[in-house]
Amino acid sequence: MAKKEKNAEEVSFTPEGTGIRTNGEIVRSTELPDPTDKKHTDLDLSDEDVVDMFEQMYLQRRFEERAMQMYQKGKFGGFLHLYMGQEAISTGTTYALNDDDDIITAYRDHGWGLVRGVSPKEGMAELYGKVTGCSKGKGGSMHFANVDKHFWGGYGIVGGHIPLGGGIAFANKYKQNGRVTACFLGDGAVPQGALHETLNMSQNWGLPCIYAVENNGYAMGTAVHRHSVGEIVDRADGFSMKKMVINGMDVLTVYEKMKEIADDVRENSEPWFVEIRTYRYRGHSMSDPMKYRTKEELEEYEQLDPVERIKNYLLDEDIIDEDKVEEIEDSVEDTVMEAIDFAEESDFPEKEALYDHMFAEDDYPFHR
Amino acid sequence: MAELQFREAIRAAIDEEMSQDEDIFVMGEEVAEYDGAYKVTEGLLDKHGPKRMIDTPISELGFAGIGVGAAMNGLRPIVEFMTFNFAVLAADQIINHASKARYMTGGQVEIPIVFRGPNASAGQLSATHSVSYDAMYAHFPGLKVIYTSEPADAKGLLKSAIRDDNPVLFMESEQMYGLKGEVPDEDDFTIPIGKAKVKREGSDVTVIAHGKMYHVATQAAEKLAKEDVDVEIVDPRTVKPLDIETIVKSIRKTNRCVIVDEAHPFGGLAAEVGYLIQREAFDYLDAPVQRVTLPDTNAPFAKNLFDEWLPSPDQVIDAINTVTYRK
Ligand SMILES: Cc1ncc(C[n+]2csc(CCOP(=O)(O)OP(=O)(O)O)c2C)c(N)n1
Ligand SMILES: [Mg+2]
Repeated sequence: MAKKEKNAEEVSFTPEGTGIRTNGEIVRSTELPDPTDKKHTDLDLSDEDVVDMFEQMYLQRRFEERAMQMYQKGKFGGFLHLYMGQEAISTGTTYALNDDDDIITAYRDHGWGLVRGVSPKEGMAELYGKVTGCSKGKGGSMHFANVDKHFWGGYGIVGGHIPLGGGIAFANKYKQNGRVTACFLGDGAVPQGALHETLNMSQNWGLPCIYAVENNGYAMGTAVHRHSVGEIVDRADGFSMKKMVINGMDVLTVYEKMKEIADDVRENSEPWFVEIRTYRYRGHSMSDPMKYRTKEELEEYEQLDPVERIKNYLLDEDIIDEDKVEEIEDSVEDTVMEAIDFAEESDFPEKEALYDHMFAEDDYPFHR
Repeated sequence: MAELQFREAIRAAIDEEMSQDEDIFVMGEEVAEYDGAYKVTEGLLDKHGPKRMIDTPISELGFAGIGVGAAMNGLRPIVEFMTFNFAVLAADQIINHASKARYMTGGQVEIPIVFRGPNASAGQLSATHSVSYDAMYAHFPGLKVIYTSEPADAKGLLKSAIRDDNPVLFMESEQMYGLKGEVPDEDDFTIPIGKAKVKREGSDVTVIAHGKMYHVATQAAEKLAKEDVDVEIVDPRTVKPLDIETIVKSIRKTNRCVIVDEAHPFGGLAAEVGYLIQREAFDYLDAPVQRVTLPDTNAPFAKNLFDEWLPSPDQVIDAINTVTYRK
């Protein structure tokens, strides 16, 4: 065995991680900016709107809690990346955009689907790989989509969908239809070249697109400061792009800021780069031992639970009472249980479906 | 001999080689602090330190290329892809740079690099996570490609790959990482690149299968043994350079051949081996060569469709029945 270099221990490349190799000290990647102090009425939202926001967020939460149980029971396979903790972002954004504005995201897409036209039944059936799923059982958890409702889907290659978002915005500008595109990506996609190429063209070409990073602190087991240098949002500076950092744990804040941004994009046909700070409550996927973060850190963010927060807002502002909250929760629970029954009772695709959706024509001569 | 899991055999190969050569380092997503997405590199950060076990961002193009540059400049990188499905993003560095720089500079640079990670499908991960890439890389001159099926082969061939002075793509499988097998203990156990192995002797038909498909072929052979069909299995182990001699030798004995390949049918290993067999062993064939591959479609998510999509032992049995005119 060759002798170790004297100072080999001192040389290193990647910054060290959170807690594990720093004697338990947490090296914080990100700080949450303050949430808005405006009330819903200041934001032109009605009481019904905020109640609906709560219901939407609670649905996403319950859907995934139940999906997780079904996965653990072995009811379906594949990856299962849960969105829990990030529901304020999908919900606030969907409220801030017009119904015909376009949304595209990565594989952590259940919340996005549910709030943008994938019914709980179609969503659950997709997880089960049933023909009644939103993507006909062809895509699974990572590929929810409802293109009719301008939800272009979840995509499983990190960073791969970012240029697609740019392209959807390109087509909107080309057709001058006034639609805004919101392209969501994880912090882990920030170091992908596809982002930087797309941002450059988007700014130069004036594409009406919001590139929004859901910074949940980690890309799989890698804390943000270990994979990306500096502040994520500052990537915008290199492209002279408008930018903003948003608190992603508060749905009213997300709504307020994304609306401002969408209005600006619509008016000026210029892209934005936005960093929305949030937290992922569960592991990366279902098999993640989560050794890269401390229990305390998770608990700290659980105190900020966006679903609890909007619920408490409704109660504190006397918009609805405890009974009504319970009624909503019960009805969401029923919806989710019905979705599970629906998924279980639905059929798998026919064998022939293997060859469906490969080409535009239905008599393509497949190679054998 | 020691019984090792596939992942342990790979880890042992990396560890032993790193211990012998300070210029070897490992880089890739989650390889160090997380101990590897599939625990292949578990413990290596503790042992070899952060200088040599490097976590990268999700920047396949960038870190693959940094690996190539480091190799040009005297290091011996082992670049891990979380799967070869993500190495597509790095294809420019592998195909346009690693495979060509030596040639273009008239031999002035050397690129001793290993790109490794799981290949092909691993259950219901849907279309973008399920493609088999060994034949695609084998298409390009200047790259060696290995896709092994058992722990001993993995260890011996990975050690050779790390010692090789050329770019080598070394492919594994998520679904085989837990597979156990006997692995020789001796320190310098290596297997030469480019040598196939007859893994099951038989006289009725030659089945060629590598990687995960080797195990599908084995299951088929075991079933057929009960019906007195004597199957010989040749595992090429190295896709390129391909050991066609061993394959032809087997066919001269059995006069029949089925190729099982986890890739799509067009232009895959099965196509190439089929051509070579007709060129080298035409007169020895008693039946047209058959192949069992994926269909010409993307990977579906639904369980029933996925099972239909992936080559199965029954499909191999059907193909063997065809070449032996049994049914
Ligand atoms: C190109 C590519 N490389 C690697 C992976 C494996 N992978 C899937 S998700 C992920 C982490 C992504 O983290 P982030 O973008 O922060 O999203 P989050 O999971 O936090 O939502 C990795 C490495 C992949 N799917 N695609
Ligand atoms: Mg993340």
